[in-house]
Amino acid sequence: MTATSITDTDEKAFTETIAKDQRVEPRDWMPEGYRRTMIRQIAQHAHSEIIGMQPEGEWITRAPSLRRKAILLAKVQDEAGHGLYLYSAAETLGADRGDLTRRLIEGRQKYSSIFNYPTLSFADVGVIGWLVDGAAICNQVPLCRSSYGPYARAMIRICKEESFHQRQGYELLMTMMRGTPAQREMVQDAVNRWWWPSLMMFGPPDDQSPNSAQSMAWKIKRHSNDELRQRFVDMSVPQAEALGVTLPDPELRWNDERGHWDFGPIDWSELKRVISGDGPCNALRIENRRRADEEGAWVREAAAAHARRRQEAGA
Amino acid sequence: MSFDAAYEALTDHDDDARWAYGTGFADPLAGVDTTVPADVDRADLSAYCLALGDDALIMSHRLQQWVTRAPELEDELALANIALDLLGQARLLLSRAAEVEDAGRDEDVLAYQRDAAEFRNVRLAERTDADFAHLVARLLVFATWRLALLDRLTASGDPVLAAIGAKGVKEVTYHRDYAAQWVVRLGDGTPLSHERMQAAVDAVTPLIGELFRPHPTEVRLAAVAVAVDPSALRPEFDAVWAQVLKAATLRPAADVPDEADSGVSASVAQDGADRGGSSGGPAGAGRTDFAPDGGGRDGVHTAALADILAELQGVARSLPGSEW
Repeated sequence: MTATSITDTDEKAFTETIAKDQRVEPRDWMPEGYRRTMIRQIAQHAHSEIIGMQPEGEWITRAPSLRRKAILLAKVQDEAGHGLYLYSAAETLGADRGDLTRRLIEGRQKYSSIFNYPTLSFADVGVIGWLVDGAAICNQVPLCRSSYGPYARAMIRICKEESFHQRQGYELLMTMMRGTPAQREMVQDAVNRWWWPSLMMFGPPDDQSPNSAQSMAWKIKRHSNDELRQRFVDMSVPQAEALGVTLPDPELRWNDERGHWDFGPIDWSELKRVISGDGPCNALRIENRRRADEEGAWVREAAAAHARRRQEAGA
Repeated sequence: MSFDAAYEALTDHDDDARWAYGTGFADPLAGVDTTVPADVDRADLSAYCLALGDDALIMSHRLQQWVTRAPELEDELALANIALDLLGQARLLLSRAAEVEDAGRDEDVLAYQRDAAEFRNVRLAERTDADFAHLVARLLVFATWRLALLDRLTASGDPVLAAIGAKGVKEVTYHRDYAAQWVVRLGDGTPLSHERMQAAVDAVTPLIGELFRPHPTEVRLAAVAVAVDPSALRPEFDAVWAQVLKAATLRPAADVPDEADSGVSASVAQDGADRGGSSGGPAGAGRTDFAPDGGGRDGVHTAALADILAELQGVARSLPGSEW
C-alpha cells in the first residue's frame, strides 16, 4: 500500500469507496490528484479561518458592551479552533502546518476573498455573522458529507459552531435595528457593502469553475456554485425583510415559475481583482499574518529547544 | 446532519443555552443569594468588587490585543480563552459592584462611562507588553496573585464573592499554569529567549509590590471576613514565583524599588477616607485625599490606561443612548 506501487486493487477500492458514498480515511490509498486537491481545499479553508479572525478581531477591544465583547471574543476563538482543526486534517494527508502557513504568507495558497474587505463599523460584526457566516454555512454543510473522512468530521463540528455565529450576528443586527436611527443606518450601510461580496463567496458561475467537475466526481463537492448561491439568496431575502433592511439589488424579485428569487448580475471582474490580490485589504491581511509568524519565530524556536533538552534529560 | 435541517436550525428562534457559549446570560448573578451581609458596609463592598473587576477587565483587554498576534495557533486559543475567563470575572464583579451600589448603574456603565481616574485596577494590569516574554511574565505574576486571592475569597462572608472565587479558582489555575510553562520554556530555551525572558522578569518586578499593599477598603472588609488582606498572599506568591524562576534558570530581579511605593502606605492610615469609585459621584470624587503618586487602587494610573480606555470606550461613547 504505497504510492510507488499502485495496484489495480488499490484503485478499485478507492473507486468503490467513492461510489458507495463511504469515507476515504488517511491510511487508504488515494490518487495523488485527490490528495493534492484535498490538501489544497482544506488548507484554503484553514487559512480562511485564520485570516478571517482579523476583520472581526479588530473589534474585540472596541465592542460597545461587555456582552457583545464576550460573544465576539468567543467567536474569534472558535475560528482559531476551526483553523487548528483543519490544519490537523490537512496533516493527515501528509501536509505540514508550518509549510502551509509559509505558502499562505508567500501568496502561493489562497483564502476566502471575502476577508479582503474592511470592517468599517461595529454593524459589520453583525453583518459578517449573518451574511458571511450564512454563506459559509451554505458552502460548508454539504462538506459534512465530503468523501474525505477527517475533513467531513471536522466540518460537522465547524458547521454547528458557525450556525451559532450566524444567529449571534443576526441577533446583534436585530438589536441595532431596534435602536437609534444612527444604529439603523450603520446596519444598512454594512449590508450594502457586504451583500455582493457574500454572493461572490460561492465562487465563479458553474460554466467558469475550473475544478468543479473533478471535485463533484470525487464527491469532495456536492452542489454546484450557482446552486448554493441560489439557496443563500432564497434564505437571506426573508431574513432581510424580518430585519427591516434593503438588500442592494434592484433586480431582486420572486420568480414564481422557478420558485426562487431572481437576482441581478454579479460583477465578476471585482471577484477576479480581489482574488488576484487587488482587494482593499489583501496586503494588510497577509502582512499581519506574516508579522505574527515572524515575531513568534523566536518563541517557537525556544519551545523546540526546551523540548529537546527535556527529552535528552529524560532519555 | 441533513442539508436542509441545518438551515431550519438557523431560522427557528428558540433560545437554547448554547446561544452564546454561556456568554449570553442576562443576569450574571442568577442563582446566588445576593443579599448583602448585615455587617458589611455597602460602599466598601461595591468599591472592592469594582477594584477586582477592573483588574480582570483591564488585564483581559491587554490579552485581547494579542488576538491574531500569538506565536502559534495553540496560543491564539489559549490567550483568547484566558481573556474570555477574565472578561467573565469582570462582568460578574462589575455587576455585583453596581448592584450593591444601587445607583442605577450596570456593568456597561461602569466599564464604558468612567474615566481613568475612576478605575481601581492595579497598574500591573494596564502595562503594555513589549513582546511575548513580557506578556507571560506579567500573566504569571497576575495569575499567581489572583489565584491566591480567589482561593481565599471562596470563604468570603459575601456569598456572591465566594461564588465568584470558586468559579475563578478553576479558571486562574489554568492561567497560572499556562504562563508558568511559557516562562520556563523561554527561560530555559535558546540564549535569545533566555535573555528576553530575563528582561521581562526584570521589567515586571517593580509592579509586584503594589499587589500586596492593603488598601483601607480591603482592610475594613477583611476585618469582617468578606475581603482578603492582600498582604497575607505574599508568602504564597513568593514561593511560586521563586519556584518558576528557578525552573526557568532565571534570576529574580534584585532590589528593585516598587513603582508605586511612596504615598500609598500613607493612605492606609486614612481609614475611611476612600470611597472614590464606589460613591457613584462624578469623575475624580474623593481622589484628592490621596498622594498623587499613589497606586492603581487609588485611581492613580499610568498613561497606558488612558490608551486602553480610548480603545475600550470609543464606540460606546460615540453613540450615546444605544442598545447593544
